[in-house]
Amino acid sequence: MQETLKRWSLACLLLLCVSHSYAELQIEITQGAGRRAPVAVVPFGWEGGSPDAPFDVAGLIGADLSRSGRFAPIPSDDMLQVPTTGVEVDFDDWSILGVEAVVVGRVTQTGDNAYSVQFQLFDVFKREQLVGYRMPASRATMRRVAHRAADMIFEELTGIQGVFATQIAYVTAQQNGRNRLYTLVVSDSDGENENTIMESTDPIMSPAWSPDSRRLAYVSFEGDRSTVFVQTLRTGNRIKVSDRIGINGAPAFSPDGRKLVLTLGGADGNLDIFVMDIATKAIDRLTTNRSIDTEGTWSPDGEMIFFTSDRSGGPQVYKVSTSGGTPERITFEGSYNARPRLSPDGSKLALVHLDRGNYRIGVLDLENDNFLILSVGSQDESPSFAPNSDTLIYATRAGRNGVLETVSADGLIRQRMGSGGADVREPVWSPFPRL
Amino acid sequence: MSQYRILLISLVAAIVTGCASNSIPDPDAGDGGMDSSNAGDTSGYDGSSGMGGEEMESDLDAELGMIIYFDFDQSDLRPEYGDLLARHAGKLSNNSRTKVRLEGHADERGSREYNIGLGERRAQAVRRMLLIQGGSSNQISTVSFGEERPAAMGSDEDSWAQNRRVEIKYVN
Repeated sequence: MQETLKRWSLACLLLLCVSHSYAELQIEITQGAGRRAPVAVVPFGWEGGSPDAPFDVAGLIGADLSRSGRFAPIPSDDMLQVPTTGVEVDFDDWSILGVEAVVVGRVTQTGDNAYSVQFQLFDVFKREQLVGYRMPASRATMRRVAHRAADMIFEELTGIQGVFATQIAYVTAQQNGRNRLYTLVVSDSDGENENTIMESTDPIMSPAWSPDSRRLAYVSFEGDRSTVFVQTLRTGNRIKVSDRIGINGAPAFSPDGRKLVLTLGGADGNLDIFVMDIATKAIDRLTTNRSIDTEGTWSPDGEMIFFTSDRSGGPQVYKVSTSGGTPERITFEGSYNARPRLSPDGSKLALVHLDRGNYRIGVLDLENDNFLILSVGSQDESPSFAPNSDTLIYATRAGRNGVLETVSADGLIRQRMGSGGADVREPVWSPFPRL
Repeated sequence: MSQYRILLISLVAAIVTGCASNSIPDPDAGDGGMDSSNAGDTSGYDGSSGMGGEEMESDLDAELGMIIYFDFDQSDLRPEYGDLLARHAGKLSNNSRTKVRLEGHADERGSREYNIGLGERRAQAVRRMLLIQGGSSNQISTVSFGEERPAAMGSDEDSWAQNRRVEIKYVN
């Protein structure tokens, strides 16, 4: 008895130590300012060799819909029936519960590691199917397939393209004894499925996705100097793109994936915007001002580069044609506007804005010039649009730690992703996956 | 029973200390822990003290401040650093093989890559002063860490003031 107790205590000790040794993003709070439509995601049917399905597809779909802040999935205990196909659905049973839409589905094993995932979405009031799909999956891909199902359901119900099946990249910093450990991580957009892409005892900054989601550019301070790398995610191989004397920073891919906008400082430390052809390494200089010109980003049509410049005294956002010319100032509200990022549909510009002493995320509507402050912290930074242009992710502070938050572009729905104690920063949202 | 008690105490101790997130201050705070105000204070060593020339030199080294601090959003050198920088420039002009690296930093507020720019601007300001006062450009290199290597971890005026700095490091 005492031996068993000894073993269990030892196991608990080890578990406690292990669980704090790396960052784990978890959705903590969802704040919504709007109506959540009641929906039902019925537990999926299962046909296969094992007693349970390898993955709870319905559970993930419900979690995704809930996380969007627009839906309130009802608990399965409240359900009056558990249909798994359309013909089994009794719309009266769902009307009674006030549910507006029902999702039913099945997972069927078709081979040793092969499955078929099918779902159907029904409008309860109209008593008709809205969308149905069947997708193949393996054990490894089933999570992603469930996210894709959630995306299709979300788009059908809201008219907005879903981003559940996308990824985010971010940097973590952790104190590790007397050293600091930095990691560059890629995870699913819900924080699950983390993969460490790169690890270093020197700072990592400014991750940027390639348009095909296959590569990440980033700045590394290994060797006590700044270097820009482009790393291929699948292989882990990386190429050194710029390690010139002085600063090498702020990389961002062009929409066709062939070029990078970069900040180079040179020996005299005059930061300017350059465009580099990744294959040939040829560079074009876009700014020559003695001010700090940095944080370049491309317009979705590839014609303009937006960047931060303090040529007028403090940081403001400018744009310049990729073929050169005089930069034009874009921001006129307040004394500090920096780190511009365009929405993929080109209609909005997110930036870091100083609002009465607080650094917050602002969004400028490029079509009607409306400016909206989206966040409420004091050290908010690094905004990045989701590929549907509807949501943003950014870094903020919770006590001493950096944490990530997502917010809808209208500012109404906000979510925090906790980090299990690590300091998380510089989130970037991936493009839509290329199929 | 006593074995169980020992294990229970170890468990509690581990929860409280061993596995909690570490709050050891950043060791990258820099070797130059002395602040510049010591530069003028040579602890009693001066030309008339009667000590051998060589000894004086090494003691001066020990007292020479290695960190320059800056005001918020500024890269202007405060006048109080004039003497200190003259001494560093003197070491450079005395020995053409002496090299320094100037590491520029910014406080955490605002955008990270822009803060890299601020750190670099500060390092360049120090570099220009050293060049004017006798150093040559092949002896001086600059790097900026922006807000990425803070000396002080707090989010208050005091910590921010400690982070707006250039560290002078002799590299050979």
